[in-house]
Amino acid sequence: MLSPGAGEPVVTARDLHKGYGTHLAVAGIAFDIPRGQCYGFLGPNGAGKTTTLRMMLGLTPMSGGSLSVFGLSLPGHAGAIRARVGVVPQAENLDPDFTVVENLRIYASYFGLRRRHIDARIEDLLAFAALTERRDAKTETLSGGMKRRLTIARALINEPELVVLDEPTTGLDPQARHVIWARLAELRARGTTLILTTHYMEEAERLCDQLVIMDHGHILDAGTPRALIEKHLEPEVIEIRGAPEASLALLGDETNCRLERIGASLYCYTRDSAPLLARLQQGQGMTFLHRPAGLEDVFLRLTGRELRD
Amino acid sequence: MDIWRLPRARRGALAIWRRNILVWRKLIAPAMVMNFGEPILYLLGLGYGLGFFIGEMADMPYLTFLASGIIASSAMTTSTFEGMYSVFTRMVPQRTYEAILATPMEIDDILAGEMIWCATKSVFSGVAILIVATLLGVVADWQALWVIPTVFLIGLCFAGPAIMMSAFASNYDFFNYYFVLVATPMFILCGVFYPVSTLPEALQSFVQVLPLTHAVALTRPLIAGQPLSEPGLHAAVLAGYAAISYYFAVVLVRRRLLV
Repeated sequence: MLSPGAGEPVVTARDLHKGYGTHLAVAGIAFDIPRGQCYGFLGPNGAGKTTTLRMMLGLTPMSGGSLSVFGLSLPGHAGAIRARVGVVPQAENLDPDFTVVENLRIYASYFGLRRRHIDARIEDLLAFAALTERRDAKTETLSGGMKRRLTIARALINEPELVVLDEPTTGLDPQARHVIWARLAELRARGTTLILTTHYMEEAERLCDQLVIMDHGHILDAGTPRALIEKHLEPEVIEIRGAPEASLALLGDETNCRLERIGASLYCYTRDSAPLLARLQQGQGMTFLHRPAGLEDVFLRLTGRELRD
Repeated sequence: MDIWRLPRARRGALAIWRRNILVWRKLIAPAMVMNFGEPILYLLGLGYGLGFFIGEMADMPYLTFLASGIIASSAMTTSTFEGMYSVFTRMVPQRTYEAILATPMEIDDILAGEMIWCATKSVFSGVAILIVATLLGVVADWQALWVIPTVFLIGLCFAGPAIMMSAFASNYDFFNYYFVLVATPMFILCGVFYPVSTLPEALQSFVQVLPLTHAVALTRPLIAGQPLSEPGLHAAVLAGYAAISYYFAVVLVRRRLLV
C-alpha cells in the first residue's frame, strides 16, 4: 500500500450525513483536510462539529456519504485510523484513579505500546506539557490548564500524524489559553496535522490555516480566515455603544457604510471610515471602537445573532 | 455499523484488566477488609450461631455447608458490585471508556477486560473465604483448591448481567432493581443456606434455571470433599450465562456509547 503523499488530504468527506431520527445533525457536508495544516471547524453549539469529529474516529456511525482518514475508509478501518490519531476531547476524561505519569503510561498500554519504548517518550511529553514537576500528582489536584495540557500530552503518546481537538481551550483562563495555543503552534510547526473545533474566533484566527463555518449540520463557507473576512465583509468596523437612536440621528443618511443594530450597539461596516469617524468625534459622549473586521463578524453574519442553547 | 454483530475480544482486554488491578492495588486495605471481614462475620455469626441448633446439614457440619455456599454467593456479589457500580462509574461519570475508545480499543475489548477483572475480584474473595474456612477447620482436603478456577467462572457468569444493568442505568439507584429482583432472591433461594431440595417442587425447578444454584452445586462438594455430580453441566450453565451476557452487554454498551 502506498503511503499518502504530502499532496493528498488527510481527511476527505463527501456528502457526509448523520441523522438522529428525523433530526439531521450533519446534513451532507464535504471537505478535504490537507496534511500539515491546522484545520478549524467553527460553529455555534449544535452545529454538528463534534458529531463530524466523532465520525472521523469511527465513534459515531455515519448515516450516509463517505469519509476517509489517511486514505482509509470509515467505518471499516476505525481501529487502524485511531492508532494514528491523537484525541483531545471536549470534556475532561483523565483517569482520576491515577497520577499524571500513570495516566500517560496506562494510556500507552491501550495502544499496545511497550513500557520500555514509552518511558523516554513520557519524559518528553511531561516536559512539553510543563508537568515534569507534577508527575506524581493525582489528576484531581491539577488546575484546569494543567489538566488540559496533560490531556494534550496524552493525545500525543502514540506519536500521531493527526491530532483532533474538540474545543481545546473552553473554560480556561487567558494565561492557560495562551500556553495551549503556543503548544498547538509548536505541534503544527513539527508537521502534525491539527483539526480543531472552537467557537472562539480569536483562537481560530490565530491557529487555523483553513476553516469551515458550520451551522445546523451544513457548511456555510470555507477558506482561510483572511479570505473569509474579505469575501463577506468590508474591511473596517466601527462599533458604537449605547444610545442607538441618538447615534442614528447623528450619522444621518450619508454614512457610506452598512449598518447593523444589535441590542444597544450599532455596527458600521465600511471601506472608508474617515467621514464617519469625523462625524463621531463631533458627537458628545459617544463610545465607539474602530477596528478591522474579524472572523467573529463573519461568523455572526453567516450564523445569525440569535441565542443558541 | 451494526451493533448486533458478534463481539471479538482481542489482547487489548488485558490492558483494561491491568488498569483495574493497578487501581485495586492502591486501595488494597479497604479491599482486604471487605474480602476477609464479610466471610468471617457470616461464618462465625451464622455458622456457629445457627450451626449450634442445626448441627449437620446434607451430611456435613453446618459450618462447612454454609462456607461452601458463601464462597459461591460471595463470588456472585463481588462480581455483581464491580460490574455495576465500578463499571458504571468508569462508563458514565468518569468517562474512562470515552478516553479508551479514542485509542484502537473497541467496546468488545473493554468489556472482555472488565469481565475478566470482575472474575479476578471473585477469585480474591473466594481465596479469602477459603483461607478463613481452612482456619476454621471446615475444608476437607486439597480438592478444595479447585474452588479457585470455579469462582473465576462464577465471577464471569455474573459480571455480564451486571454490566448489562450498567448499560441501562441512568444512575446508581437503578441497581436496586437488580439487587431486590435478581441477586437477593438467588442469595436466599439457590442453596447457600439450606439444600434446594427442601423448597416446594414448583420452586425447585425454577431455581434450577438460576446460575447461583449451579455455582453452589460446584463449590459445596469441592469444599466438603464429596464427589461432584454432573460438574460438566454446572460449568456449562455458568459458561453459557457468561457468554450470552457478554454478547448482550457489548450490544447494549455499543448502543449507549456509539451514538
